[in-house]
Amino acid sequence: MIELRGVTKAFGETRVLRGVDLSVPRGTSMVVIGASGTGKSVLLKCVLGLVAPDAGEITVDGRDVRAGDRDAFLARFGMLFQGAALFDSLPVWQNVAFRLLRGALKRPRAEAREIAVEKLRRVGLSPDVADAYPAELSGGMQKRVGLARAIAADPEIIFFDEPTTGLDPIMAGVIDDLIREIVTEMGATAVAITHDMGSVRQIADRVAMLHDGVIKWTGPVDALDASGDPYVEQFIHGRADGPIAAVR
Amino acid sequence: MRALAPLGALGRAVLRLLGEVGRVALFALAAVSHVLRPPFYAREFAQALVQIGWLSLPVVGLTALFTGGALALQIYAGGARFNAEAVVPQIVAIGIVRELGPVLGGLMVAARVASSIAAEIGTMKVTEQIDALVTLSTDPMKYLAAPRVLAATLAVPVLVAVGDSVGVMGGWLVGVARLDFNGAAYLENTVNFLETWDVASGLVKGAAFGFIVALMGCYHGMHSSRGAQGVGRATKQAVVSASVLIFAANYILTEVFFAA
Repeated sequence: MIELRGVTKAFGETRVLRGVDLSVPRGTSMVVIGASGTGKSVLLKCVLGLVAPDAGEITVDGRDVRAGDRDAFLARFGMLFQGAALFDSLPVWQNVAFRLLRGALKRPRAEAREIAVEKLRRVGLSPDVADAYPAELSGGMQKRVGLARAIAADPEIIFFDEPTTGLDPIMAGVIDDLIREIVTEMGATAVAITHDMGSVRQIADRVAMLHDGVIKWTGPVDALDASGDPYVEQFIHGRADGPIAAVR
Repeated sequence: MRALAPLGALGRAVLRLLGEVGRVALFALAAVSHVLRPPFYAREFAQALVQIGWLSLPVVGLTALFTGGALALQIYAGGARFNAEAVVPQIVAIGIVRELGPVLGGLMVAARVASSIAAEIGTMKVTEQIDALVTLSTDPMKYLAAPRVLAATLAVPVLVAVGDSVGVMGGWLVGVARLDFNGAAYLENTVNFLETWDVASGLVKGAAFGFIVALMGCYHGMHSSRGAQGVGRATKQAVVSASVLIFAANYILTEVFFAA
């Protein structure tokens, strides 16, 4: 269970998070929606410790994320970054097996490569891709490699930051299907952030709407269309008129 | 109050500068501590050694060759004013090994290496690759900075040694081909004149300059702001700060090593 209580974060004068409360039960796929620039990525980075919150409490299974062994904590996570964030200087298989080639989860090189190729196959990429460099791949292929890297060490919790941004609708659908399948078969807890409503309906068990630095609404994905919340209504129907200012 | 505005601006600039000095000092301490503490990333260290050391050989060698040649011509012309043309081998040798070898070598490495480190790490920062490293339980200071700082600190003295040899050879070539020196006598004068500390002090300077170059590349890369402009600014600042610090460190080390 991931719990956020009263989390705030400001960058200079800009208050991005103003007291976020959110619970993600174990094994649930939570999707956080919200307009661009509302702090969705900052929220994920606060949980991972990449950004230090100014106030509030973040716990995973009851333990404060800032306490204890950081490597052991991070080993429980996998993350797919918005731009995939693959390491340009390493071939694809070493990107996927990065965690398996060093640190506490280190395996023999041949075994790490075997696992990487298997994970690549799981996300629909052929073993031929293993020795290519990230710059040689299309955006969709890079996202798949990023997904393979996120699941390489079989994490308990997976974060997806805008998994379909910049992809064509067909490739976006492929990535959404993969995320849903992988999260279900691994039994992982997942948190995705997106403003792509197709992704939301495909990936989510539960949805949370972040706006103006707080969670405005949260509920099961089936209740999204009947939420009755004006922010959610405006967002999911993509209307210019409503409580969310079109020009920010 | 308006009359005091320039003083206020000056104060803010000084405070900014002091803040930056403090941040660089803390970054340097962190880098050194990561160099000394395991885990060590041997593969990244080996790659950095090739990038910083091996691939800088041509630019350092060519710089030293032309500098040695030009120095021989200058000393010959200057020495002729008081009938001291014969000291060309000695002055070229001491000028190259004590000063020009390490300083020009350090500057060429700063131009080539500090820029490429800052651009590479800055791009990694803006494309979230540094965040990705952290989520993969890998400390960016240990994985990116420590191997580069160690490799530069070890490689630049070797580059300086090569540069010293090539620089003396440049002086020898010009001395023999253009200034009618006897080749064997030129070399004999050079070897007899130089003392071990002349060469060793240049190598110590090289180690200090290598440390500065990699440190500035890593520091500005990791503090790069967003976008292509941010990476460009980080690259420029890395080269400028490494170059200025090399000159400052060169003066301080010369003062420490040779002040009467």
